[in-house]
Amino acid sequence: MVIGVGNPLRGDDGVGPAAVEAMRGRVPDGTVLAVSDGEPARMLDLWRGADTVVVVEALRARPSRPGELHTLTAADAAARTAGTASTHALGLGECLALAEALDQLPPSLVVHAMEVADVELGARLSEAVRSALPGLVDRVAASVRQAYERNHER
Amino acid sequence: MNHRGTRVLRLDALARVEGEAALHLRVEGDTVVETRLRIYEPPRFFEAFLTGRGHTEPPDITARICGICPVAYQMSACQAIENASGVTVDGPLAELRRLLYCGEWIESHTLHIYLLHAPDFLGRADVVELARDQRAAVERGLRLKQAGNAIVQQLGGRPIHPVNVRIGGFYRTPSPDELRPLAERLRQARDDALETVRWVAAFDFPDAVCDHDLFALRHPGRYAVDIGTPVVMAAADHGRAPHPIPLTDFEQHVREEQVPHSTALTATLDGRRYLTGPLARYAINGQWLHPVAAEVAGEAGLGDPATGAICDNPFRSIVVRAIEVVQAVEEALRIIDGYEPPPRPAVDVPPRRGVGVGATEAPRGLLYHRYALTEDGTLTEARIVPPTAQNQTAIEEDVRRAVQARLDRPGPAADDEELTRLCERAIRNHDPCISCSAHFLDVTVERS
Repeated sequence: MVIGVGNPLRGDDGVGPAAVEAMRGRVPDGTVLAVSDGEPARMLDLWRGADTVVVVEALRARPSRPGELHTLTAADAAARTAGTASTHALGLGECLALAEALDQLPPSLVVHAMEVADVELGARLSEAVRSALPGLVDRVAASVRQAYERNHER
Repeated sequence: MNHRGTRVLRLDALARVEGEAALHLRVEGDTVVETRLRIYEPPRFFEAFLTGRGHTEPPDITARICGICPVAYQMSACQAIENASGVTVDGPLAELRRLLYCGEWIESHTLHIYLLHAPDFLGRADVVELARDQRAAVERGLRLKQAGNAIVQQLGGRPIHPVNVRIGGFYRTPSPDELRPLAERLRQARDDALETVRWVAAFDFPDAVCDHDLFALRHPGRYAVDIGTPVVMAAADHGRAPHPIPLTDFEQHVREEQVPHSTALTATLDGRRYLTGPLARYAINGQWLHPVAAEVAGEAGLGDPATGAICDNPFRSIVVRAIEVVQAVEEALRIIDGYEPPPRPAVDVPPRRGVGVGATEAPRGLLYHRYALTEDGTLTEARIVPPTAQNQTAIEEDVRRAVQARLDRPGPAADDEELTRLCERAIRNHDPCISCSAHFLDVTVERS
C-alpha cells in the first residue's frame, strides 16, 4: 500500500499526493494507492491488514534544501515529531509513535519524504519540488517492487 | 539519517495546519493587562478564491478549508446556495445530510477528546504517552472515531474532502443494505460513546467560570446540528429563553473587525463578547437531547438540561463534547433505522440572481456562509464566518482569567513555561480551528 500524505491545496505539501498520482498505472496488481491527510485514526484504519506500507510525505528542514529526498524507517520518523509546530492535526511522527505504542504499525513501513519549500495556501508545487518529483516517484516504485518480489518469494 | 552539520529536520503537519496561533500576554506586576491571540485562518483566502466561480462549486471548494470539518463547510455552503435559489431540501435527503453531519461530529469531537484534550487532564504530554499507560482508552477513542469516519466515507464517497456532496443533495444515495453495516458499527460505538462520557466525567476539573453570551442554532424539538435559527442567550439570562436573530440579519448583529495582531477577524455580537460551540449548544438545545444522552449527562454531573441547567466551566466542555458524541450516535442510528431511499439523489438547484445565507453547527460552533449570485449562477461575493473567529474574544478572556487566577495564587510564582501550558489548556477547551498538537502555542510573556 502506498499512502501519499498531504494537502494539495497547500503548495509543496501536495508532494505526497502528487507522487501517488504519478504512480497510477505503474504499480503491480494488488497495490493500493491512497491519499490521506495523515490524521492518525484514519492512517491506522487505512493500513490495517496491509503487510507493507510506503508513506510519501513532505518534510521541512532548517536550513532547507527543497527537493532533497530522505528515506526513513518508522522509528526514524516517529522520533521526528512536531514539537512546537502549530497544527490542527498531529503529524506523521506522532501518528507513527502512536501506532507503535498501540502495536498497530504494519510489519514493514518506509517513509519517503521530500524537503519542501513553500506551503502557502493555494500555491502550486514549487519548481524545486516539481523537478525532484521523478526521483521521489522512482524511490517509491522501487519500494513497491521490492515488497512485491518479497511477497512472491514466499 | 544524514544531518550534515546541524540541520533540524521536522516531519510535522505544518503544511496541514489549518491555522497558526501565537499568544501575546502582557503582565504588569501581578495583573494580566492584555491577552492577544493571533490566529491565521484560511477562510479569507477562500472567499477571494470563490468569487467568479459557479454556484455549484462552493461545497467542493469550501470543504478544503478544514480537514477536520469539511462536512460543516459543505452543509453551510449548500444551504446558502439553495437559499439563494429558493430551493428547500427536505425529507430523506435532509436526513442523509444530517447523518453525514453526525459522522463528522463523532469524528471531530472524538479526535479532540482523546488525541488532544484528555492528555491535559491526565498529566500526559500527548496522546502517545497516554497510549502507553491507558491503552484501552486510546483504542476505544480510535474505534469510536473510526465509526464516524465510516459514516463520512460511506456518504461522502471518500474519507477526506467528501466528493459525493452537491447542492441539492448527493451525486449518489446509498441503498438501505449499504447503511446496515454502519448501524452495526454504531451499536458498538454507542457503548464506546457512553464509556467516553464516564471516563471524562471522572477527570479533575480546575475551577473556572465563563460568562460569555451564548450563541447557537435552535430548532425546537431537535438538538441543532444542520438546521435552526440562530439565538442568543445573554450571560445574565443563562437558563432562560434565548432571543432569535434571523439569519438574514446575521451580519448586522455579528460584527467582525480586523484586529491589528491577527489575520482573523474578531467578532462581537451586538457589541458583546460571545461564545459558540458545545457549551452554547448544550445550554440552548439541551432539553432536546436524546433520552440516552440526557441520562448520561445527568450521571456526568451536568444537571438536567431540561430544567435549564447549563455548563459554564470551559474545562468541562470535554464532558459536553462526549455527550454530543452520544447524541450524534443515537441520531445516526435513528436515521439509518428509518431510512427510505429518496426518489432522486438530488433536487434541482437552478441559478438565480440573489443573495443566499446558510448556517449550521460545525463541531466547533456556528458556521455562517453568504453568497451573492448573478442570474447565470456566477458568485460575485462570498462571506464565511467560522466559529473560531467568533470565539476569539471569548477565548482571550478565558485565557486572561486562567492566568490571573494563577498569578493570584499564593506560593511560588509561575514561570513562562507553566503559563504557556496553562494558556494552551484554556485555548484547547474551545477546540479552535488552530493548532491542536500537544504544544502548539508560541507564547510571549511581557512582564513589567
